Amino acid sequence: MKVLVAVKRVIDFNVKPRVKMDGSGVDLMNVKMSMNPFDEIAVEEAIRLKEKGQATEIVAVSIGPAKAQETLRTSLAMGADRAILVQTDEEVEPLAVAKILAKIAEEEQPGMIILGKQAIDDDNNATGQMLAALLGWPQGTFASKVEPANDNVTVTREVDGGLETVRLKLPAVVTTDLRLNEPRYASLPNIMKAKSKPLATKSPGDYGVDVARRLETVKVTEPAKRQAGIKVGSVDELVERLHGLGIAK
Amino acid sequence: MSVLVLVEHDGKSVKDATLATVTAASKLGEVHALVAGNDIDAVAQDATKIAGVAKVYVASSPALEHQLAEAIAPVAAKMMESHDAFVAPASTTGKNIAPRVAALLDVMQISDILSVEGPDTFTRPIYAGNAIATVKSKDAKKVITVRTTAFEKAAADGGSASIEQVDAGRDPGTSSFVSLEASESERPELTSAKVIVSGGRAFGSSEQFHSLLDPLADKLGAAVGASRAAVDAGYAPNDYQVGQTGKIVAPQVYVAIGISGAIQHLAGMKDSKTIIAINKDEEAPIFQVADIGLVGDLFKIVPELTEKL
Repeated sequence: MKVLVAVKRVIDFNVKPRVKMDGSGVDLMNVKMSMNPFDEIAVEEAIRLKEKGQATEIVAVSIGPAKAQETLRTSLAMGADRAILVQTDEEVEPLAVAKILAKIAEEEQPGMIILGKQAIDDDNNATGQMLAALLGWPQGTFASKVEPANDNVTVTREVDGGLETVRLKLPAVVTTDLRLNEPRYASLPNIMKAKSKPLATKSPGDYGVDVARRLETVKVTEPAKRQAGIKVGSVDELVERLHGLGIAK
Repeated sequence: MSVLVLVEHDGKSVKDATLATVTAASKLGEVHALVAGNDIDAVAQDATKIAGVAKVYVASSPALEHQLAEAIAPVAAKMMESHDAFVAPASTTGKNIAPRVAALLDVMQISDILSVEGPDTFTRPIYAGNAIATVKSKDAKKVITVRTTAFEKAAADGGSASIEQVDAGRDPGTSSFVSLEASESERPELTSAKVIVSGGRAFGSSEQFHSLLDPLADKLGAAVGASRAAVDAGYAPNDYQVGQTGKIVAPQVYVAIGISGAIQHLAGMKDSKTIIAINKDEEAPIFQVADIGLVGDLFKIVPELTEKL
């Protein structure tokens, strides 16, 4: 079974995003960029499936600027076999990303597509579900366990009330949650090896997908700040405060 | 404008997330509720009573019993022929279903809205809540998920909507429900609790997490939450997690114990009315958002607090 993984280049999760003064967005100049953490988990899961003999080939796809090549090289260094960059300087929304991925899926015929459940920049949590809809495939979102067997995959999902398990017919779309696995670091020899792995560069036009935005960003602002309050010196004082709030019996 | 709201339910009754979603939807137009499931007359009756709901559509079939996205999305998409917007709570159920509906309609979803600024303009958090974007949708039909803590709940009583049965579609046969491992708890649900006590990695073990926090929560009638670090360390189950990638909560009082206050945690609880922080590190970022702070060892403070309450 071939596995497709989608990866996005985003602001590094350790960097505190700063809103631009003119309100046009978040300042990404000279900011460390990395692979979206949920996508790292997606790459790791694909590699584990390959190590268990359940996946045969891993194709990593990214849609983004030329620099997204670095993100793809990271996935190749982790263990993906080849990569496709759909290069564009436009900010591509989940719907258009899903349309491009659907076209790639038609070409590549993977048995499973694994994506992060959301990107930590636009926080949409939509691409995987949209992709599944466009392909008419089942979806296992927010996965904490992925177990393929024969022509189906059993996915345990992190839902509000606990853990839900569903069985999906392959091919299927899976989106990753935090506790699915802990991604590996690429070793130096593997980073070197990744440089010679194949990376094809395409454009959205190659797939006939219009990436014009449907959502116009009117402005971006900082959230309202909370003010730090007071410190109390003892448990007794805290108890008094709790009584004051009317929550302690 | 007519708006179709996805009713979140557990097969027996309407969940609270639906009520805030109705409030958000009513800012756009006339609210119709979609109850999808199997053998769900009780839920449908509940939904007719929600203030502001004009009509309740019921799609009932065995294929819809577990509200799998593969079965519900086509039903909702069909109903969108006669509606202008589809609005769902940004719960794990809503987040699973709504984008699938959006793609079937060729619409870009507006995720996790905080406010309705106009018929096509909304605010939503980006970058884990570090920025708020105002976005304007160019799509003719809207598909929206709602951050339910950002809207008042509609009254669960007082409405008198009519019920109409609709086509429940067919089972696509691509997915099936296996099991639900529900977290059993006598305590209130995190997302609707008035008081939450939440623990972090400082508790050191699952035993200490529960032996210290549970009695305190019982005294306060509170729900128990956890930071991502505590969940990752295995001290608490995944559905305890409060934060950008876990649950977004806004109780009257949020008590953060042994939680340093990482950005991703703050994003999930900073709209709480009063925040109380207990931490041994007085420089911990949690104190920058806390209304009341107490610096000290949680292993001493929590038992003392529980006893004195």
